[in-house]
Amino acid sequence: MSARVLSLEGAEPHAGGASEWRRYGRAYARSASSMAGLVIVAAFLVVAAVGPWIVPYPDDARGAVHLDQKLRPPGAAHWFGTDEVGNDVYTRVVLGARVSLQIGLIITVVAALIGVPLGIVAGYVGGIAGEAIMRVTDVFLSVPALILALAVVGALGPGIVNAMLALSLVWWPGYVRLVQSKTLALAQETYVEAARAGGAGRARIVFLHILPNCVSPIVVKASMDMGTAILAAAGLGFIGLGAQPPYPEWGAMISYGRNYLPTWWWYSAFPGVAIYLTVLGFNLVGDGLRDLLDPKSRG
Amino acid sequence: MTQYVLSRVAFLGLMLFGLLGLTFAISHVMPGDPARLAAGPDANQAMVDTLRAKYGLDRPLGVQFARYLGGVVRGDLGESLRSRNAVLDDLVRYFPNTFELVTLALLLAVALGVPLGMLSAVYKDTWIDHWTRIVSVSGVALPAFWLGLMLQLLLALHFGWLPLGGRLGLTASPPAPITHLLFADALLRGEWRTLGDALAHAVLPVVTLCFPALASILRVNRAEMLETLTQDYITTARAHGFSGFRVVTRYALRNAMIPTLSMIGLRYGWMLGGTILVETVFDWPGIGLYAVNAAVSSDFQPIMGVTLLIGLNFMLANLLVDLAYGWLDPRVRRRSPA
Repeated sequence: MSARVLSLEGAEPHAGGASEWRRYGRAYARSASSMAGLVIVAAFLVVAAVGPWIVPYPDDARGAVHLDQKLRPPGAAHWFGTDEVGNDVYTRVVLGARVSLQIGLIITVVAALIGVPLGIVAGYVGGIAGEAIMRVTDVFLSVPALILALAVVGALGPGIVNAMLALSLVWWPGYVRLVQSKTLALAQETYVEAARAGGAGRARIVFLHILPNCVSPIVVKASMDMGTAILAAAGLGFIGLGAQPPYPEWGAMISYGRNYLPTWWWYSAFPGVAIYLTVLGFNLVGDGLRDLLDPKSRG
Repeated sequence: MTQYVLSRVAFLGLMLFGLLGLTFAISHVMPGDPARLAAGPDANQAMVDTLRAKYGLDRPLGVQFARYLGGVVRGDLGESLRSRNAVLDDLVRYFPNTFELVTLALLLAVALGVPLGMLSAVYKDTWIDHWTRIVSVSGVALPAFWLGLMLQLLLALHFGWLPLGGRLGLTASPPAPITHLLFADALLRGEWRTLGDALAHAVLPVVTLCFPALASILRVNRAEMLETLTQDYITTARAHGFSGFRVVTRYALRNAMIPTLSMIGLRYGWMLGGTILVETVFDWPGIGLYAVNAAVSSDFQPIMGVTLLIGLNFMLANLLVDLAYGWLDPRVRRRSPA
């Protein structure tokens, strides 16, 4: 509650000294679930960064085969057991963090790079171009993202690069919607009107007044999207259209492990836990940031 | 209201045209080569060229789009390369299964999500609230396909309480079709054993598909209820001595339902996407599984057919949500459509 009051008073202007950042930090830390999310995301980033140096069997993500070790249950030598070619599941899950981080980042960044400029054009410039952008956005939003991605991958052929390309191509419309509505609202603000009356050009208003004030909702959406994009890419991996073996992608691992249920349950159980924790972490951080930066757009 | 309805329907028509443009762009403009795919891996250039001419793929894009539109209008969605069946026939056969799965999952999500969200808001910061919040954050983070596999592992393979997948067991025979919806037909024909068997097969897929939607419906309803419960008119109603139950259900819930309704519409769309994963896990013979099987063998027309059908479905659902909005909130009717 206190976070909400604080942000209503202080979040919109884009000035921000060190003391303001400290205040935000304290307000964020007051929520246990936001902090839990931050811890999970931090752990995920660390694992993604140092993965290759902390795993016991780095070759197991590059197609090594140890048939004498195959389908061993979890134990001291293999914490999460081994798969059908004797690869260490723990190693592959840890190295999968880097793959998922790349997938999430690429999809989110590409989507924002396409969506944000289009949203600003639609919201601030308007006219026929703006109208056309919004109608195309509506069409994209009228088909569930996963189906559209499936169609695009179907056209391009399976593989991790095509899966990321497909998801990026269907992910941007959300940003157009968000930025367009925010821009429309900002254009009515007194300070934008004052800038316009003072003779500021369109570009100046957009870069100095509109864009900085769109940053909070974009950051909130992006942090949520990191989780959802990872989830969607894992879904494509699971149906066999994303990463191909031996690439250590969590969704594909679950898909292969599925053939070894129920006896060799660990094969698909652990990658699923990894996806769950990662997505949970990004969602909790997104929630925390939204309560702090953009409390009016909850839900 | 009539004008509002008409404007929404006209908007739907426009969107549908846009969707056709989108599926056309994916199938004809993107770098994939449908003629080469159709000819198969061993075909030589001459065979590919023949097919290209046969499908009209050598004509200008505008002509191709007009032919594509004409085909769709006549119900010609192409044919599956694997089975040589007309895609429309396949969709007609598989869609009822998906429709039943998604509808049951949505009903369950609303039936559980709305009351749980309400309870969570009324008993804020008690153990009820804590547990429902854990459900709501977990539901959207769990990969549905993995949840389905784990439920299968535990309830079907380990305990043997529920069947592993499919729509009916080997010993049950489907009832003679009336509506082509298995549940409705079994009910209408009075075939109770078949109905029981079908229900047992539906439990795990429905629960799996329902869980993420349940979580987000619960979450929105809780947030809206919390907001509504602090409004002046709620305090006034309480001061007038209305019972707590009446205030919560009659006055607060009705207002909280408007944003919840739009989440329900959104989640219906998500379910139509998520069903491709859930149908794959449970071997549920719907259009999701059909699309996946087509996609892994680069069988192009079925995927486009499914995309169109699911898009149309989602658009119709959004239309219903818009109309319900207009009915619940008169201010919406007067605003011009987006």
